[in-house]
Amino acid sequence: MSIASKYKGLSKYARTNIKTYGLVIILFAVLYPLSNAGLVSYSITGQLVPICTYIVMAISLNLTVGILGELSLGHAGFMSIGAFTGAILSASLQDKVGSDPVILLLAIIAGGILAGIAGCLIGIPVLRLSGDYLAIVTLAFGEIIKNIINCLYVGIDSKGLHINMKDAASLGMKGGRIILNGPQGAVGITKIASFTAGFILILFTLFIVINLIYSRSGRAITAIRDNRIAAESVGISITKYKLIAFITSAALAGMAGALYALNFSAVAAEKFNFNTSILILVFVVLGGMGNIFGTIIATALLYMLPELLRDVGDFRMLIYAILLIAVMLLTNSSKAKLILENAKLKLRSIFRKNNDGEVGSNG
Amino acid sequence: MTLISNLINGISLGSVYAIIALGYTMVYGIAKMLNFAQGDVIMVGAYISYICTTSLGVPALISILISMAVCTILGIMIEGLAYRPLRKASSLAVLITAIGVSYFLQNAALIIWGSTPRAFTSVVPFKSISLFDGQLTITPESLVTIAACVVIMVFLTLFTKKGKMGKAMRAVSEDKDAALLMGINTNRTISMTFAIGSALAAIAGVLLCSAYPVLIPTTGSMPGIKAFTAAVFGGIGSIPGAMIGGILLGIIEIFGRAYISTQLSDAIVFSVLIIVLLVKPTGLLGKKITEKV
Repeated sequence: MSIASKYKGLSKYARTNIKTYGLVIILFAVLYPLSNAGLVSYSITGQLVPICTYIVMAISLNLTVGILGELSLGHAGFMSIGAFTGAILSASLQDKVGSDPVILLLAIIAGGILAGIAGCLIGIPVLRLSGDYLAIVTLAFGEIIKNIINCLYVGIDSKGLHINMKDAASLGMKGGRIILNGPQGAVGITKIASFTAGFILILFTLFIVINLIYSRSGRAITAIRDNRIAAESVGISITKYKLIAFITSAALAGMAGALYALNFSAVAAEKFNFNTSILILVFVVLGGMGNIFGTIIATALLYMLPELLRDVGDFRMLIYAILLIAVMLLTNSSKAKLILENAKLKLRSIFRKNNDGEVGSNG
Repeated sequence: MTLISNLINGISLGSVYAIIALGYTMVYGIAKMLNFAQGDVIMVGAYISYICTTSLGVPALISILISMAVCTILGIMIEGLAYRPLRKASSLAVLITAIGVSYFLQNAALIIWGSTPRAFTSVVPFKSISLFDGQLTITPESLVTIAACVVIMVFLTLFTKKGKMGKAMRAVSEDKDAALLMGINTNRTISMTFAIGSALAAIAGVLLCSAYPVLIPTTGSMPGIKAFTAAVFGGIGSIPGAMIGGILLGIIEIFGRAYISTQLSDAIVFSVLIIVLLVKPTGLLGKKITEKV
């Protein structure tokens, strides 16, 4: 029995596992030595951690959009919560904990927990809605989070943390330093994120998401997506399973946010705006809604694309928009489906003819 | 006096929201979809009017008519190319397409007109009115906006209640298949709705930029989202509801900005949306829709 047929004989769960983990591990195994040896240009090594965070963001958004079937337009909001939680925690732990990886780990965990709590607080009221209303409310929440962080001032001195919402001067600090400075965002962050940490976070995300999808809860979530009323009538608690998916997605986004913030020396709340949410949505839609493997490839490619095609510049977002519309039209319009099917059949018949010809010539 | 002046500013801003919300509410009522690109049609309308007046030297009133015509064509094109093929697709697919269209318009505008902010000159030729020894100043823009909003609402109400096309619209929004069986051209009716919505967006764009004269490719997105909030607030699908929702939202925003916090005014507006959706999801004047299996 060949390896290929053995692979086909495996369960879908096992195949997804092999495919996705394999892809991530191979990518890491290739890129890590290359970047360490300095064989990759600086513009790419600088992008490695952001790519990891965007992959985690896209996988977690795919859980909401692809598996749960609800559109969340405020995903960057959860990333933002994680980012600023991580920045504040790492700044306050700097002098107390000596080891950078430990601080990074704690920051990521704290970011995940806080974003998860926010996801729960937002999810309980919001998930009673569905469709367009849910999308617009998640958008509203994203804007509210951005607005609040924009006027949040946090500083640290010997007495501990100072928080206020007026300005930096009224924090009343003696010495110390400012961590969060209103519209400027988090300033003076020590860069402790690393590519290895990003890689581990992706593996962790994959572990959580893939196991959730193929569990009893995951099947309940997809049942809600496919037919809410039917799912409800067989006794599936809509709110409970929607919340499970939504909170998991939010917590993972928070973790990615913490990693993202700790990769830069300063991060502003404006970075996590509606456009970022849309960018992640583009990754998810182009990678395939509900398809984790495709999401990883799409994110990595689309994130690197502008680096590789510098001339495109301004046209990048325009191309994304056109791709988004085109993918939706091609996959959902009945006319386009018909055309695609016909094209497939034609291609197949052409290939078959060629193959027959080869066989004939050999014989 | 500041209270009255804030109130007038609020009603004026609210009237702009109301005009945009009328477009949203009609499209949502008939096509059952959230036309995310509505806000960006506003921006296109404002740019067309800006170019007509500054580069081509067209009088302000005619520039509004031109921008309405361009936006109407744009609206019909968007509907025909992007939304019509998805008539039977899931609402998630339609929504993502709408976001794509919105993003497309923004970035196309960025490439065509650049990111430098344009200073929009007001299309209203009157001077400000000063009352009570200059303690209360009313800008002519706010008066014109409020008047335009009232006229548009009355016109739309009459149009949907009395006109033949209006009756067809109501029939399509009630039951698309039954309307089709009664010999109503549903595709043309939906196109017509998009045309009206886009023409309204053009007016809203010109009025918005007359009052807040900074024009950038993302000018329309925030007012667009807020106008949707207004439409939901008033009850989606209801024309007077959109008007009331818009004006209330405008007042809430201006009062929030004046008395609570300038930076948090957007957060306050969006909190209203969330509270409304939780307490009364059908909005102030909306009809309750029961879900059929």
